[in-house]
Amino acid sequence: MESGIGHIISQRKGDPMKPGIRWGLVIFITPVLVWLTVLILLPQVDMFIMSIRAKNELGEMVFSIGNFKLFFLEPIYWRTFARTAIFSILVTFLTFLITMPIAFYITKVVSPKFQGFLSVLILMPFWVSELVRVYGWMILLRESGVINHFLIKFGLLNKPIEMLYNDATMIMGLVYTSMLFMLVPLLSALESLDNSFIEAAYDLGGSVWSIATRIVIPHCLPGIVSGSIVVFMLTLGNYLTPNLMGGKNGLWFTEQIYNQFIASFNWNQGSAFGFLLLILSSGIIWMGLKLTKQTLGKVVQ
Amino acid sequence: MIRNIPQTKTYSRGFRLYVILYFVFLFAPLVVTCILAFNDSMFPSLPWKGFTLEWFTGNTMEMTGIFNDQINLDSIWVSFKVAFFVSLLSTFVGTMGAFLFEQENFPFKQLLFFLMLAPLVIPGVILGISILLFSNTLGLFFETHFGLDVGLFRPGFWLVVLGQFSFITTIVTLIVSARLKKFDHTLEEAALSLGATRFETIVHITLKFLRPAILGAMAVAFLMSFENFNTTLFLVGSQATLPINLYLQVRDGSTPVINAISVLMIGGTSLLALVNLYFSKQER
Repeated sequence: MESGIGHIISQRKGDPMKPGIRWGLVIFITPVLVWLTVLILLPQVDMFIMSIRAKNELGEMVFSIGNFKLFFLEPIYWRTFARTAIFSILVTFLTFLITMPIAFYITKVVSPKFQGFLSVLILMPFWVSELVRVYGWMILLRESGVINHFLIKFGLLNKPIEMLYNDATMIMGLVYTSMLFMLVPLLSALESLDNSFIEAAYDLGGSVWSIATRIVIPHCLPGIVSGSIVVFMLTLGNYLTPNLMGGKNGLWFTEQIYNQFIASFNWNQGSAFGFLLLILSSGIIWMGLKLTKQTLGKVVQ
Repeated sequence: MIRNIPQTKTYSRGFRLYVILYFVFLFAPLVVTCILAFNDSMFPSLPWKGFTLEWFTGNTMEMTGIFNDQINLDSIWVSFKVAFFVSLLSTFVGTMGAFLFEQENFPFKQLLFFLMLAPLVIPGVILGISILLFSNTLGLFFETHFGLDVGLFRPGFWLVVLGQFSFITTIVTLIVSARLKKFDHTLEEAALSLGATRFETIVHITLKFLRPAILGAMAVAFLMSFENFNTTLFLVGSQATLPINLYLQVRDGSTPVINAISVLMIGGTSLLALVNLYFSKQER
């Protein structure tokens, strides 16, 4: 970066772009600043301001922490919040457990002939809209669904059972939706792992378990962290999958936010919930980075 | 363990079985959705009642195929328009961002870089509601101070475009930056010392080098926009995009028309994915 162009330009005499203002910088920074200020920074600030205001007895908008107080007083709110957080962590962990062997198989085990084909094949379903994927699962799992049809046909069941609308199905759906975002960083992390390390460990008598935990996983840690961050964030903020596959009593926190905004039309309460979700998401990501000694800048590379 | 280390039969067979099961898990919902689009039945379920194309081309009261279903066709068209503007806008700003963070130095660069990454850790739902709130605040401000009623600030087409643009631009910036990092700066230096201006250098040298990445990023932006649900949910006005429209139909019970739309979407996205793959191969 430092070696770049600015250095060269400033050395050239009589350069029309040199004097005073660096036009390149101005041209590049203006759209970026407008984007980040108007669409990211100011809306978040506005959401925070909305969240600390509420109507008083006269119907005027005044400063209040009532929105946050209500969150802690009503068990349904904070329970949904805690449930969403715990399930999101669980989904992130399960996604890692399921995809890690697959990533390992594609990069290290399968013969190089099929490697390219398999890695394209494995990413293909994720280009399809999340809605179509969830819909596919609904057709498979519901009471009149395909799986029930076959179970009855083969005499394994007498009457169909409802496999949708429970927590286990919802977790499976969330894992299914987010596998891609774990696979991609894992594949690139494993590709950069030199096979000779594994061979050396094997020759020295390392077991599969010790090779996995002492060589493969430490090497892939940056990839694991970046995958986990994205999976966690997307699961936490998911609305579609919990709404269509989850149980009617098992709410997801985004559904609470949606209800406040669209159903109750209480934007101040909704903002408070939104702000809490934002704190939760950035808080857990920050903790994850600290625990694994990574930085966000390094992880996204 | 790995290719060149001999393993017991049970280990390698077990591993292969796991991979096969994974692929079944991965493709089962998509394959079933596609197959049931051609079933001659009123519901997207088995038993198989024979092959039909009615859910694509049908035009009767009971079976209105997708090509005659005006509401769904309209929403597909809205999604195309949104994705077109989002991919154009985010590719433009994202490329600017890549140049800014890779080639320029300025005070508070690190801070701005982190702000640029922020959309990656802000859930899409939060982006949606915060932009809805802010546009509402702006709308009120313009109305009370200038007596202006600005349509842009109400939920609708352009707010959806802006909402999706707000996070897709980050993705574009990261994709183009990754390519710009590999750029050999001596090429630019050569052009500059031969008398080209910086602008000419960027157009003829740097952008040419970046072209595959920019086109790839554009395809990714288009797909992400076309399929976005979370952010769009809060910003959508009377013109529903395809995912929103499908969501409403799936929630309230479904007909195989949704399967037919899914077939079209799976076909379309696979095509775009292959185009993207082609460009990223070219990069190497």
